Amino acid sequence: MSNSLIIGQYVPGKSVIHRLDPRTKIIIIFFFVFIVFFANSVLSYGVLTAFALASMFTTRIPMYYIIKGLTPVWFLIVFTFLLHLIVTKEGSVLIEFLGFKIYSGALIQGFAISMRFFLLILVTSLLTLTTTPIEITDAIENILHPLKKMKFPVHELALMMSISLRFIPTLMQETEKISRAQASRGVDFRTGPLKERVKAVVPLLVPLFVSAFKRAEDLAMAMEARGYQGGEGRTKLRELKIEKRDIFIYILFVFVVAGLFFTRNWS
Amino acid sequence: MRGKLIEFRNVSFRYTEELPWVLKDCSFEIYENEEVAIIGHNGSGKSTVAKLMNGLLFPEEGAIFINGQQVTQESIWEIRKDVGMVFQNPDNQFVGTTVQDDVAFGMENRGIPRAEMVKRIDDTLSAVGMLDYLMTEPHKLSGGQKQRVAIASVLAIFPQVLILDEATAMLDPKGRTEIMETITSVQEKHQLSLITITHDLQEVVRAERVIVMNEGEIWDEATPREIFAKRAELRKIGLDVPFIANLSDALLKAGVSITNEPLNQRELLEDLWISHSRM
Repeated sequence: MSNSLIIGQYVPGKSVIHRLDPRTKIIIIFFFVFIVFFANSVLSYGVLTAFALASMFTTRIPMYYIIKGLTPVWFLIVFTFLLHLIVTKEGSVLIEFLGFKIYSGALIQGFAISMRFFLLILVTSLLTLTTTPIEITDAIENILHPLKKMKFPVHELALMMSISLRFIPTLMQETEKISRAQASRGVDFRTGPLKERVKAVVPLLVPLFVSAFKRAEDLAMAMEARGYQGGEGRTKLRELKIEKRDIFIYILFVFVVAGLFFTRNWS
Repeated sequence: MRGKLIEFRNVSFRYTEELPWVLKDCSFEIYENEEVAIIGHNGSGKSTVAKLMNGLLFPEEGAIFINGQQVTQESIWEIRKDVGMVFQNPDNQFVGTTVQDDVAFGMENRGIPRAEMVKRIDDTLSAVGMLDYLMTEPHKLSGGQKQRVAIASVLAIFPQVLILDEATAMLDPKGRTEIMETITSVQEKHQLSLITITHDLQEVVRAERVIVMNEGEIWDEATPREIFAKRAELRKIGLDVPFIANLSDALLKAGVSITNEPLNQRELLEDLWISHSRM
């Protein structure tokens, strides 16, 4: 288990999207999330969908991973669609079914909203699929850097995130070890009524917390011994660089936005 | 004559006033390029000595000097550049998300420019034989490999002394051998003093000088051979005597004459050869 463990959903690859500066990806997605709400015609949705699908195919990530990433939200998308179908009462009546009237406006509205949902989820999951968590952390630290002037602990936040990422697999291995140790002492995690199973987690969590605190103490000491004294005067090994491809993507995105506003209100 | 690197002058320490003294009036010196082992059973104060050396703790009485500079709240950042430490638990001192990030951590803290960092990462990782694992995450490494990375990250800041605080205690025999070989090869390439803190007498064999700690006091200071000769007393203060020393004890009792205090299997074998050919 430990060797195949990947934190988050990251799927390694060498596509252009993988190699983009993480800041570029985050900024573009940030704006994409905004402009999705401006789409109001079939064609404008078409522009956004084309952009999203084109990005998706460029990543060369197998469809399987993308669908898997979307599974938890399928339900939400379908649910919003149905909700709009029932609630919205605009346009002409299309079908009357067991006393329910389905309006044409409802169909369009339902489609539009679930399409927005779908696009949002697809694009944001492309970020986590093509970017390692540590790259995202670096990008966030870099983007939030101006907040430092307002005494916002940007560096500390980023360090906390990267240390948590580093310790997730360690703690998972430890959980597995403890659960085996407890199972060998007769704790049953898998069978019995729910209440019993919840109770069985206690002897798992207590040793895990004890050891996590011990680790934290050791780590703090090791960091201090290695000269850690806060973010002041620190240099960084992992550096972010805006390359030609980033600029290309920004320009492309400007065209997408222009295309969107051009096709708005077209019917 | 080698220069004085570390000096403990009548150092006493306790964690709080209610607790008993952990160190009582300890004085000793460590010289440049010297290899010293500090040995003692659990609670003898040996790890406290290590933490005092780079200002993780401060003495209550007495003073500690590194390169003639006293260890104080103000000087610790300077001192930590000269005193590198590797701790016991391989997992709990690995800060970076990958091997190269971990080696970089100490250098980032000291504001070393990136180009220099990349060069030093290459140099130190190849010195400990971990260059192939540059981008590997810690959970994919063995304990011994993690400790080698820890050694590399200390070496990257060019310390004058490397302290191994029970660095092999949590490793399997293979990992232990790995670390010992790594240290030997590092010593050949770098000029630095080495302080090994351990409860395992087997590890002191390679040291030039051994400091034995007991109940917060310096119990003895001698060469490994002299220390091995005192095995009866060592057992009394709770230290495990290595197999070879026990074996030579048994041989002496059985009437085999062993003249030189053997430190390892090869030396014992040689001794037996000599005594055999004399018969």
